[in-house]
Amino acid sequence: MTDQTAFVDIRHAQKSYGALEVLKDISLTVEQGQIVAIIGPSGSGKSTLLRAINDLDALTGGEIWLDGVQVNKSLPHRQYEKHINEMRQQIGMVFQHFNLFPHLTVRENVTMAPTLLKGLSKDAAEQLAREQLDHVGMLDRIDYYPSQLSGGQKQRVAIARALAMKPKLMLFDEATSALDPELVDEVNQVMKKLAEDQMTMIIVTHEMDFAAAVCDRVLFMDQGVVVEEGPPEVVFRNPTQQRTKEFLRKHLAGAK
Amino acid sequence: MDTELMLKVYPFFLEAAWVTIQLSVLTAVLGLICGALGTAARLSRLAVMRFVGAAYVSVFRGTPALIQLFILYFGGPQIGIQLDAFEAGVIGLGINAGAYMTETMRGAIISIDKGQREAARTLGLSRWQAMYKVILPQAARLMVRPLGVNLNMLIKSTALVAAIAVVELTYTAQRYIGSTYKPFEMFLLAGILYMIIITVVGKGVSWLDRKVQIT
Repeated sequence: MTDQTAFVDIRHAQKSYGALEVLKDISLTVEQGQIVAIIGPSGSGKSTLLRAINDLDALTGGEIWLDGVQVNKSLPHRQYEKHINEMRQQIGMVFQHFNLFPHLTVRENVTMAPTLLKGLSKDAAEQLAREQLDHVGMLDRIDYYPSQLSGGQKQRVAIARALAMKPKLMLFDEATSALDPELVDEVNQVMKKLAEDQMTMIIVTHEMDFAAAVCDRVLFMDQGVVVEEGPPEVVFRNPTQQRTKEFLRKHLAGAK
Repeated sequence: MDTELMLKVYPFFLEAAWVTIQLSVLTAVLGLICGALGTAARLSRLAVMRFVGAAYVSVFRGTPALIQLFILYFGGPQIGIQLDAFEAGVIGLGINAGAYMTETMRGAIISIDKGQREAARTLGLSRWQAMYKVILPQAARLMVRPLGVNLNMLIKSTALVAAIAVVELTYTAQRYIGSTYKPFEMFLLAGILYMIIITVVGKGVSWLDRKVQIT
């Protein structure tokens, strides 16, 4: 078993599709309240790593631990389903394409999971929805359908939906990549607010400025390995690895 | 054209049309049940179930419905299945329609963006909860129109049961030809009644389709 584990403890994560190895022995720890950004070129495995944390993409080797409990335990199918559903309730995830439920109103998007999984009463669910939507500045859209919202608004609702489950950890998979540039900031503001609330977050992002401003630590991944890791001021200003330098040069040049 | 004769016999055709409607309704209900089961099998986690589902679809879409009816009605007694003609018609056509509906329902379900399932599972919903709370409500809306097409085909396929002597519209037309020698009028009358049934059902499907769309 284990001695003391970090809040989020990824141990020797390995994933391959046949002969293609997308994650090669990655280990990473995140302490409670920390914010870690994962950057890297597309195909580097950064999204796969993020999606392995809640077992959306199962690892082929290694362990994921959250708050002393192993997420990807080896269990018989039925028991594993029950276990992973409980674990996922503690891990919020925000997607690039929002994935709001289009047949439900903003209110219902937020309250569905807590009502279904925690047996909230109608009043409690309503209060929860108002609270969470107010937090992301979307309370005035509570009766709207997702199709009536802008991209930034959709993403804010998606964040509220994830937060409504009161997760211990939030995962962001390129949460602002699909947004028009002028809508990025409103989502970043919400994420900053979460950072102030001491939410533990792992963020896959292309936005170096944002990563530099909010994150405690930056991971640069390429070809399935962590090439460089450290505080943002070090990784962004004084990278030691050649691959990091090249990526940052291209990316920062491309951004301008 | 002998319109006088048509007016004289049409009450009997109306009665026969009522049998056609009953056949259609029962067949549609059985078809939907078979389609739902077939879909569940085809989307199952278990390979055996997926195979059973796929076999069901290819067997019943790969052979003429008329042959299926004949096997059930004429061949059935040989293997201990005794059905009257109406029962054989409903069961035979229902299972046949179910194979087509399986493909319709499955198509609608798999066309829902996989991000929807992922978002649901990420929140902690089980496979089944994700299916009936997130995927099915969206897929059901997509199914209305194509199931309407299945229904249209199904209503017309009820004419096949004339071959096992169920007294529905087509059989009635044939019977009146025997006594009147007016095949044009008799088949025309049957055709008109089929058309009325199908038009009404088609309008109903369109209405339902409009009603269920997400605003």
